[in-house]
Amino acid sequence: MHATPEPDPTPIPRSLLPRFLLIGAILLAIAAAFAYVGGWLAPHRLTPKRLIDQFQANAGVYPGYRRNHAKGVCVAGYFKSSGQAAAYSVAQVFAPGERTPVVGRFAIPGSNPYAPDGSVPIRSMALRFTQANGQQWRTGMNSMPVFPVATPQAFFAQLQAQQPDPATGKPDPKKLAAFFAAHPETAAFRAWAKTAKPSASFATESYWSLDAFEFVDAKGVRHAVRWRMAPEATDSGAAPAGQADYLDADLRQRLAQAPQRWKLLVTLANPGDPTDDATQTWPADRTTLDAGMLVIDSEQAQDSGACRDINYDPTVLPHGIAISDDPLLPARSAAYAVSYLRRTSEEAHLPGSARPSAKARPESAR
Amino acid sequence: MKNTTGLFALPARVLHWLMAVMILAMLFIGIGMVSSVSERHAWLLRIHKPLGIAILLLAVVRLAVRLRHPPPPLPADLPTLQKLAARASHWLLYALMIAMPLVGWAMLSAGGYPVMLSDSLRLPAIFPTNATAFAILRHLHTWLAMLLFLTFLAHLGAALYHGLIRRDGVLASIAVHRRETPAPPQADVDAR
Repeated sequence: MHATPEPDPTPIPRSLLPRFLLIGAILLAIAAAFAYVGGWLAPHRLTPKRLIDQFQANAGVYPGYRRNHAKGVCVAGYFKSSGQAAAYSVAQVFAPGERTPVVGRFAIPGSNPYAPDGSVPIRSMALRFTQANGQQWRTGMNSMPVFPVATPQAFFAQLQAQQPDPATGKPDPKKLAAFFAAHPETAAFRAWAKTAKPSASFATESYWSLDAFEFVDAKGVRHAVRWRMAPEATDSGAAPAGQADYLDADLRQRLAQAPQRWKLLVTLANPGDPTDDATQTWPADRTTLDAGMLVIDSEQAQDSGACRDINYDPTVLPHGIAISDDPLLPARSAAYAVSYLRRTSEEAHLPGSARPSAKARPESAR
Repeated sequence: MKNTTGLFALPARVLHWLMAVMILAMLFIGIGMVSSVSERHAWLLRIHKPLGIAILLLAVVRLAVRLRHPPPPLPADLPTLQKLAARASHWLLYALMIAMPLVGWAMLSAGGYPVMLSDSLRLPAIFPTNATAFAILRHLHTWLAMLLFLTFLAHLGAALYHGLIRRDGVLASIAVHRRETPAPPQADVDAR
């Protein structure tokens, strides 16, 4: 006994050591599984944060603004249903004669809220329909019939290829060429982009849903659809040369004269038409419904307008409209949520969120 | 009314295990959906909201059961600090079970989102639309989830400590099936 060292006040008997180790192993395994599911132990998995980080890496951080389609303007109006889509979707917005208020937003793609309107040939229209029953339909559409890529992974690869080279400040043409060579599905978009010109107006553009969705009818039958907004205004002219900001002024001028209208055209898929590939259009002979008229009658600046705090997540849908198997839709939802949290955190000046800097907010703007 | 059975009340035991599965699933669903861009994001989100409301409702029932039926006393020889930790962690778990769904619901309300529990079932907003409130509540939802996960780990670790090391009947007191003889109050850990 005299050889026994000073006894620990609470000794762990040797026989219990395996049990302590077992308990530790169980807790560690659960914590590791949690970390894995959360993406911490899987650095190569594409997460919504990585997607948005890549937008920021490409164009910088503009606190308070959307991470994409940052430059835009709020609009408001209503949608008047023709009743033609009611046979295919029980959504209240399509009931015959139903008038649904809309808060929308026109924008141009890109993360820079001060980019010249002519810097891209694409315009976008985002809408939030608020049905009388409180359900909402949110949609974000672009002024081209096809998207460049079909999957979030390919979209991320495209963003990476577009990241400016620090030496030149411009994307590396070799990386872009390599991306397009590796992604032949971009062909339809590139063919469109070759002839596309930046429009002088938001009002003269068509806006496509790009992704497919499903309409659900009264019997619960699902119908694969795509839609587009077809403009009433057709006086599309060339964009004014030498001006950076003309879309907002054009819209204001048009709205001062008359509300601007779009027909909502819903295209029904034939069996076999792809619903999971936004790079492909459906054949032109598909049945198209004239679901009603979108009327935009007012506009507001985006930093104070009603659209500012709306996340136009295209998976926010009313009963009667559902997402399809298009893999871009959940990715858009997840990435938009990250963008929305970052910009609302910045707006709230929460600790850890980006602050506006002189560089990010030139005096000429706002 | 003192609990002398050495067991939690039967409704408490059933609710405990049912909610244990739901809450653990919820934590993994939550962390999984915000870190995924795949189809998983969509279907996890569909489960997340109705499951959260189900947990909220069950937590309220459970709290009522807990207040009506006192739990069995902790072993007399348990150090005071451990007793304190046991009580505090239990009340923290109750608070988080109720707070998490409410914060999630308020957060969606503040963000202007319709709170859809299914394709057609919509809950009313419980908070006015406000972007600043959304941002704060959205961060709070994450931090409370992390706190809940850590509290769950501590709870599980303590349960296993009672069951495997002390073998003092504390773990058995939450078992759904009562054993023939309740675990002895003072298991001899060195018996072998």
